[in-house]
Amino acid sequence: MLDYVAMFQAIGPELWLAGAGLISVLIGAILKDAFNRISFTYGAFVLFGAAGLALVTLEGGEAFGGLVKTNTFVNAAKFISYTLAGITLMMSEGFLRRHQTARYEYVLLMIFACLGMGIFLSAADLMTLYMGIETLSLSSYVMAAFHRDSPRSAEAGLKYFVLGALASGMLLYGGSLVYGFSGTTNFEEILASEKSIGMLFGMVLMIVGLGFKISAAPMHVWTPDVYEGAPTPVVAFFASASKMATVIVFANVLFTMFGDVEDQWRIIVAIMAGLSMLIGSFGALTQTNIKRLLGYSSIANIGYALVPIAAGQELGANALMLFMTIYAISSLGLFAGVLAMRRRGGMVENIDELGGLIRTHPWLAVSLSILIWSVAGLPPFGGFWGKWEVVRAGLSSGNLPIVIVLVIASVVSLGYYLRLIKIMWADEPKAAFEPIDKSVILTVVVSALLAGVAFLFFIARLGEWTGQAAAGLTP
Amino acid sequence: MNMGGFPILSAVTFLPLIGALIIMFVQMATGGNASDTKSEGGPVFMAGIIITGATFFASLAAFFSFDASQSGYQLIEEMTWYGNVQYKLGVDGLSMPLILLTTFLTPICILASWGSIKTRVTEYVVAFLVLETFMIGVFAALDIVLFYIFFEAGLIPMFLMIGIWGGADRVYASFKFFLYTLLGSLFMLVAVVYMFQTAGSSDIEVLETYAFAPGVQTWLWLAFAASFAVKLPMWPVHTWLPDAHVQAPTAGSVVLAGILLKMGGYGFLRFSLPMFPDASMLFQPAMFALAVIAIIYTSLVAWRQTDMKKLIAYSSVAHMGFVTLGIFAFNEAGIQGAVFQMVSHGLISAALFLIVGVVYDRMHTREIAAYGGLVGRMPVFAVLFMLFTMANVGLPGTSGFVGEILTMVGAFQVKTWAAFGAAFGVIFSAVYMLTLYRRTVFGEITNDKLLTIKDVNAKELICIVPLALLTLLFGIAPQLLLNMTEGATLRIISLMAGG
Repeated sequence: MLDYVAMFQAIGPELWLAGAGLISVLIGAILKDAFNRISFTYGAFVLFGAAGLALVTLEGGEAFGGLVKTNTFVNAAKFISYTLAGITLMMSEGFLRRHQTARYEYVLLMIFACLGMGIFLSAADLMTLYMGIETLSLSSYVMAAFHRDSPRSAEAGLKYFVLGALASGMLLYGGSLVYGFSGTTNFEEILASEKSIGMLFGMVLMIVGLGFKISAAPMHVWTPDVYEGAPTPVVAFFASASKMATVIVFANVLFTMFGDVEDQWRIIVAIMAGLSMLIGSFGALTQTNIKRLLGYSSIANIGYALVPIAAGQELGANALMLFMTIYAISSLGLFAGVLAMRRRGGMVENIDELGGLIRTHPWLAVSLSILIWSVAGLPPFGGFWGKWEVVRAGLSSGNLPIVIVLVIASVVSLGYYLRLIKIMWADEPKAAFEPIDKSVILTVVVSALLAGVAFLFFIARLGEWTGQAAAGLTP
Repeated sequence: MNMGGFPILSAVTFLPLIGALIIMFVQMATGGNASDTKSEGGPVFMAGIIITGATFFASLAAFFSFDASQSGYQLIEEMTWYGNVQYKLGVDGLSMPLILLTTFLTPICILASWGSIKTRVTEYVVAFLVLETFMIGVFAALDIVLFYIFFEAGLIPMFLMIGIWGGADRVYASFKFFLYTLLGSLFMLVAVVYMFQTAGSSDIEVLETYAFAPGVQTWLWLAFAASFAVKLPMWPVHTWLPDAHVQAPTAGSVVLAGILLKMGGYGFLRFSLPMFPDASMLFQPAMFALAVIAIIYTSLVAWRQTDMKKLIAYSSVAHMGFVTLGIFAFNEAGIQGAVFQMVSHGLISAALFLIVGVVYDRMHTREIAAYGGLVGRMPVFAVLFMLFTMANVGLPGTSGFVGEILTMVGAFQVKTWAAFGAAFGVIFSAVYMLTLYRRTVFGEITNDKLLTIKDVNAKELICIVPLALLTLLFGIAPQLLLNMTEGATLRIISLMAGG
């Protein structure tokens, strides 16, 4: 007998997403194009519903004979990811409509991508993990190529697919090695089993495969290209909801499966962190395309996020959750800002197009500036606390070199953040953008108010919440 | 604690920020952000002056409820913020004069900009008000994280001020200013995090008495010094200052020289000395050497400048050398002198930049060679300029004298050679200031454009005369200030001795 209550408590949001996703496939098949119009509202309802369910079932549970097991740590990540995905979906509609691609398939892909995130976050077994990651990845490849008439979008999709398939292969190979040497696919049993050299090989391969998904250096090369080519709302999804989920699962895999060999992977993660921070910051310096620039910036920020992971579960879990929450919200706001950059019927992506924004669109400019300062980790904005926690985690684990790299990378990254600020505030104004969708401007302003201003004052509340989330990880 | 429980320090700190938000919303609501060229922005300047004036009076209220005879922190406000990080404000005899200096200079700055800043007035005044909040916050914060937040946040409005309203090379100068200062601050952040982790508290009062291991102290001291030395600035990390000064608008230079530089000296006194006494002792000779080099070298550099603002900027570096000298003498005369010198330099350099601004507004050049013979055309200007030239040289009777003599006396008691070297700075300062004065004010009028130049107007007088009066007042009656700082100075010395 299946215990439905326990099952719902464990993966309620995913059951909801799977059901709602399959129903929308049916509706789409019956209504065809007539479904396009309402599908976005439907999708947002589904995603926000899933976010709500994630909150309701925050404590988590175990189901399917140990294939899934959730706790507050992953459920908190689910809540944030689903919420951000829902907002992304709402912002997407206007954009896609202008490009004549506002089709219900997009909504479907978004729902299934979120389902994938939910599944791999809930995973307590290698098979579930892989299944979830593939669900997210396959949806992501198609979404990246969603503008099928645009060569750039198709190229982005293809590039993402080829490299992503390679990474998935690595992950699978790593998983099979772990399985082969431990004789089990269950996370807890793997944790309990003796870590032979073969298993460590498997672990490294899994780190590589997952590292690709979170675009940590040196597996980062796809990021700027895909960010540049893919439709902007899709990039907003990659950079916020998807990033939040994959980073948390990266940490979760290391913590729950290889928690006993922390010494083995901490150094690997630390090197990845250092490389990501440096490559991201230096790489962004010369970019003139705003999406590429933000792509490099996200690589650098993943580097910051890896610092608490490299500090280990005990010291880093809370810091990671706090940093990623603030970053994911800010990142969504920044890409919403890119969505607003539209002139003469097309998107403009050169950073100089933001010239004098403060005079043409003061609200947008002020909000974007707050977000940029915040992502840069500068007080007095909320992002400062993210960096504060990251530095704390790094220092308490005694990893001074990585903290020094962080300092250097932060200063370098200010080089391009300041350039954006300077363009928006000091340059001669360009013509105003086309009227901006309400949903887009609202996203920018709200995310700036939340990540930049509210979290500065109410950081104790957020810290309490992330602390509770981190406590869900069994030591 | 005082004022019947009214949080007077928070009020002083956040009044300008609240004012800035009000101005911004009113401006946005009335659709006035196109205020670029058509209006002079008079109402906005007026609002700015009213807000900063109110802040000044609020800070006076704080001053009157402040008891100078006590040595500890007063007017304390506490609130938990995030974990062990607190929102904690308080003042002692060290921070009170600097807060008053800030609230006193800011209205003058805004008044001085009225008429000379013609574009994007709203943003300008808002940036100034936000900056004032952060500057006051730096001096009032009694939690090291709160201090850091204010310290670093001040970069943002200053960056915008130089970057938007600056001269031709403003982008370069603003980036240099920002990145230089940021690199130093981030090392301080790492040290702050470490201290927070080790001592389990970010309360300055707790950290002052916490004994860090001597080996650790050295590194923490260096991390803090990286930040404060850039801010002060000390030779050889002073090169951002001349660029920033030359490019900044007049009022920007005034706050930069008048207040922002003081954060460095304040930081050394508030953190480095009481918290890392062993390391401070260790680095005393090095700091003395750097201070003496700064005094002699930058004085010589100042002498050869052809740009008036650059000359005063280099002279600021030299005068900050005296501050370093006084701080690291670790005795009463030295530290008292350093604080005195900071306040006095805040008044004098502010006035000098305003004076340069007076002629710059008329001639649109800062080249010394473009001037000459101003005394015939601008007698009042010549008198004021003379007064501040003498004050900058350190003539007895002006506040500049007291600061220099006290810091040198302090240094003399510890390291004779340092005081000996610094004494050259006094001579050189006379050389470059008098050269500047002679070449601009005396001589024949060589530039025909100067024939029609007008003397200082009422607005400029309102800006400069209060500074002149205070410079003379503190020169004649230095005990007004010294009495206030004495308690805090003795407290720092006893903390260093391990009390």
